[in-house]
Amino acid sequence: MNVALFITCYNDTLFPSTGKAVVQVLERLGHTVTFPAGQTCCGQMHWNTGYQIEALPLLPRFVAQFEHAEAVVVPSSSCVAMMRDHYPMMAERIAAEGEDKTLPERVAKLLPRIWEFSEFLTKKLGITDVGAYYPHRVTYHASCHGLRGLGLGDGPLSLLKSVRGLELVEISNLEQCCGFGGTFAIKNAEVSSAMLAEKTQAVLNTGAEQCTACDNSCLMHIEGALHRQRTGVGTKHIAEILAHTEADAAAEANNPVEVTV
Amino acid sequence: MSRVPLDPRTAPSFQTAAKVLLGDAQLRKNVRHATDVIQNKRRRLVEEKHDWQQMRESGRQIRAHALQHLDIYLAEFERNFTAAGGHIHWARDAAEAQRIVIDLVKQTGTSEVIKIKSMTTEEIQLNNALEAAGVHAFETDLAELIIQLGEDQPSHIVVPALHKNRSQVREIFRKKMNLPNLGETPQDLAEAARQFLREKFLRVPVAISGANFLIAETGGVCIVESEGNGRMCLTLPETLISVVGIEKVLPSWQDLEPLIQLLPRSATGERMNPYNSLWTGVHPGDGPTNMHIVLLDNGRTDVLADHEGRQTLQCIRCGACQNACPVYRQTGGHAYGSVYAGPIGAILTPQLMHMEHSQSLPYASSLCGACYEVCPVKINIPEVLIHLRNKVVEQNGWYAPESLAMKAVAQAFLSEKRFRAAQRLGRIAESPLVKKRKQNKLQVLGQEEAQTPGWIGWLPGLLGGWTDTRDLQAMPKETFRDWWEKRNEKGSNRT
Ligand code: SF4
Repeated sequence: MNVALFITCYNDTLFPSTGKAVVQVLERLGHTVTFPAGQTCCGQMHWNTGYQIEALPLLPRFVAQFEHAEAVVVPSSSCVAMMRDHYPMMAERIAAEGEDKTLPERVAKLLPRIWEFSEFLTKKLGITDVGAYYPHRVTYHASCHGLRGLGLGDGPLSLLKSVRGLELVEISNLEQCCGFGGTFAIKNAEVSSAMLAEKTQAVLNTGAEQCTACDNSCLMHIEGALHRQRTGVGTKHIAEILAHTEADAAAEANNPVEVTV
Repeated sequence: MSRVPLDPRTAPSFQTAAKVLLGDAQLRKNVRHATDVIQNKRRRLVEEKHDWQQMRESGRQIRAHALQHLDIYLAEFERNFTAAGGHIHWARDAAEAQRIVIDLVKQTGTSEVIKIKSMTTEEIQLNNALEAAGVHAFETDLAELIIQLGEDQPSHIVVPALHKNRSQVREIFRKKMNLPNLGETPQDLAEAARQFLREKFLRVPVAISGANFLIAETGGVCIVESEGNGRMCLTLPETLISVVGIEKVLPSWQDLEPLIQLLPRSATGERMNPYNSLWTGVHPGDGPTNMHIVLLDNGRTDVLADHEGRQTLQCIRCGACQNACPVYRQTGGHAYGSVYAGPIGAILTPQLMHMEHSQSLPYASSLCGACYEVCPVKINIPEVLIHLRNKVVEQNGWYAPESLAMKAVAQAFLSEKRFRAAQRLGRIAESPLVKKRKQNKLQVLGQEEAQTPGWIGWLPGLLGGWTDTRDLQAMPKETFRDWWEKRNEKGSNRT
């Protein structure tokens, strides 16, 4: 399959390793990955913070970049939820303002071909074993947009369960938000921190070495506290765990990964 | 016994109030415990209903339809309620509603009224207005009684004293009911309340209530409750005055069918409310002989006129969104500065205030969607929050610092070249703040390049909210697109 990768603005800037891992997994499974160079941002940050006018022009830009793709894969549930929840209405609005009458139809055609990364594997390709090896104790954080926005359900868990060597431990407050919420983490930093404290406590209670998720935004938040408290527990996007193989493990054994201080 | 009511016009911002409340360990423990208990009960009862999602959808459709044709159904209700012997009064705002109620009470010649728990009368601060007019109101709902005696404020729309635990309640009763030897079992407390209230039920001739639903087709009124104290107020006094928001009307009797199932399961985790009172008009020898309904607008017509905000009025006040909300869970209800706390308050209060107050409320949410998931009438609360955020941004003007920054970022997203420049600029700007890892690198590990790009422990200005409790990973040297380009230049050299 020909897969166009929408990396998302923050993964591009802050988490390139996730993008590399997505490419690695998809190519290992025999797919061809392309990267439309003009891509930037889906508009979520502006839309959710109340800047609709600023978010609107990003829609035609996104559509132009991706409408010819066979499938679009996005390693971020919140961005996919943004597109599914709001793009149709945004397109209608742009059309109503007389700017581009074709947009609603083009969006309607494109949306069914847009997949969150784990969803692409489990729902579109119908596979759970991607040949990964990751000999660590891991817990899974169901991000709100993955859980409620996209209804990912057990999909990501079934992928993790098929990873050889991986010990999956369930977190107690799976359905509870970690308190990130984009600009919420800054505008309501105190409440956000209180929510995060409950979440990190639950992560630590699992005894996991790594907390994984389908969203680096939540992980950046959770890891921010785990690192501040020097817990030694880290976070990793699910793609990076699924990309990991026995060869990687062997390489790491010869060349140990550095300790973060 | 008058108290300072929660008033959005004078309340501090959500952030400010939340900061204080987060320091109250007892309150947070009480709120966490109570919401966990109710949520678990609700979950069990929702899971046993296989048609729950269909029922939610019919609940939504009934409420949306009623609002769509509110003018017709309100007029129909007025006709039928009047024909059945009741009197209708229309109140544009809180002041007018207060005046109407005070006049009606005064006409009866009493200086005391008993009250059924009603958030609508809390909204219009009726108790204080009555007190000022020389009329004392006795709350008869156990939780409202606790709030009233404790000179406190409601923090939840279904369980107003949810932030108090049993021993705190006992202290209030001991002091205010003058019962120095009061025990601490739930039975002791219930008995004390019973003794305190019974005498008032038998003596006071006027009751004031809200209503859960009005039925246009019959002119009927519906109140559901758990304790039976409401039933006392509805049957013993001669005069009943109900203050009801205009949005509470349902077209037909049959519409109650899904709603009266959705409400108790969502609100208290019960299959059915213990007391469901439904009455139509005046019947000699049976209940009040003098019945008034004050139909309250108080901003609702404006909410109705707003296409995107309108669904807020579908609310049946079950409080499920409050119990499910991870923000409410931390702060409790008082942080919202209004009797309507939690997610429903975050969307309802600013709208009822015509967006002139409570502008911090639309941001008091991480948009996690838990409220939408549990709402029995499918109000898309996150969508309405975002809609209201737009209004706040508009109000703040383009020259607000946040607006300028957001506009600059949006500009960068419109061109790949500008976006790349912004990424480079970001890396330069953050570099003085990054704790360099290289110096800390342990020699024994012998790696050439750091694999992770170091950490930021302090950020300036508003961004400092993040680093107060969290570190931030610095930007890696190479963006994904840089890597992709290099990789394609190298051609066959694939990872
Ligand atoms: S918004 Fe929905 S969940 Fe919240 S109180 Fe109203 S009906 Fe209940």
